[in-house]
Amino acid sequence: MATVNIDRSIDARGMPCPGPLMSLIGAIREGEVGTVIEVLSSDEGSKTDIPAWVAKAGHELVEVVPEEGFTRFIVRKAR
Amino acid sequence: MDGSTLSLVLFSGTDDKLNAAAVLTAGAAAMGRKVNIFLQYWALDAFRADRIGKERGLAPEAGPEGAEAYRKHGGQHWSEIFRQAKEIGDVKIHACSLSMEMFGLTVEDLDPLVDDQEGVASFFMDADGPVTFI
Repeated sequence: MATVNIDRSIDARGMPCPGPLMSLIGAIREGEVGTVIEVLSSDEGSKTDIPAWVAKAGHELVEVVPEEGFTRFIVRKAR
Repeated sequence: MDGSTLSLVLFSGTDDKLNAAAVLTAGAAAMGRKVNIFLQYWALDAFRADRIGKERGLAPEAGPEGAEAYRKHGGQHWSEIFRQAKEIGDVKIHACSLSMEMFGLTVEDLDPLVDDQEGVASFFMDADGPVTFI
């Protein structure tokens, strides 16, 4: 796993679609440009939704890490 | 805003259909689409300020097994998903004036999620694409 400083971590495990994405959007809106946010999600929809939203909204998907029973998404607010 | 407006007519007032509509709304809002919602009949009833948190049951096809799956799945209440969608995007929720009259309601009787009441022609003024009926 790349060494990147996480500014904020959101544990959205157990939350169904679109909960984890909505939590990420909220955190991105609150953070400063450059903020790195980590979202833990066990929702299968997040695997496509989070990368799609990050691309659409013009942020940076730093890393997607499959874990046991969930996925870790690391996103940097780019604008 | 990108792409065409998502126009939804919400008729049904069961929690599963309102939840499905809320999820569509949140997804569209997240992806930068405008959302234009028209509340009629039982969906309008569900947005009454004094009833919005109450359990409203599920569509008949749910059956006991479906109801159990829905209950177990958890997640946020549909009203909370609509609230989040409104926070992140351009989502307007209008009450159908015909249904408002039928139930003897004024805008003050509705949850603040509802922006205003309007006639059906006004709804189509903003519906610049297909309309989805739920």
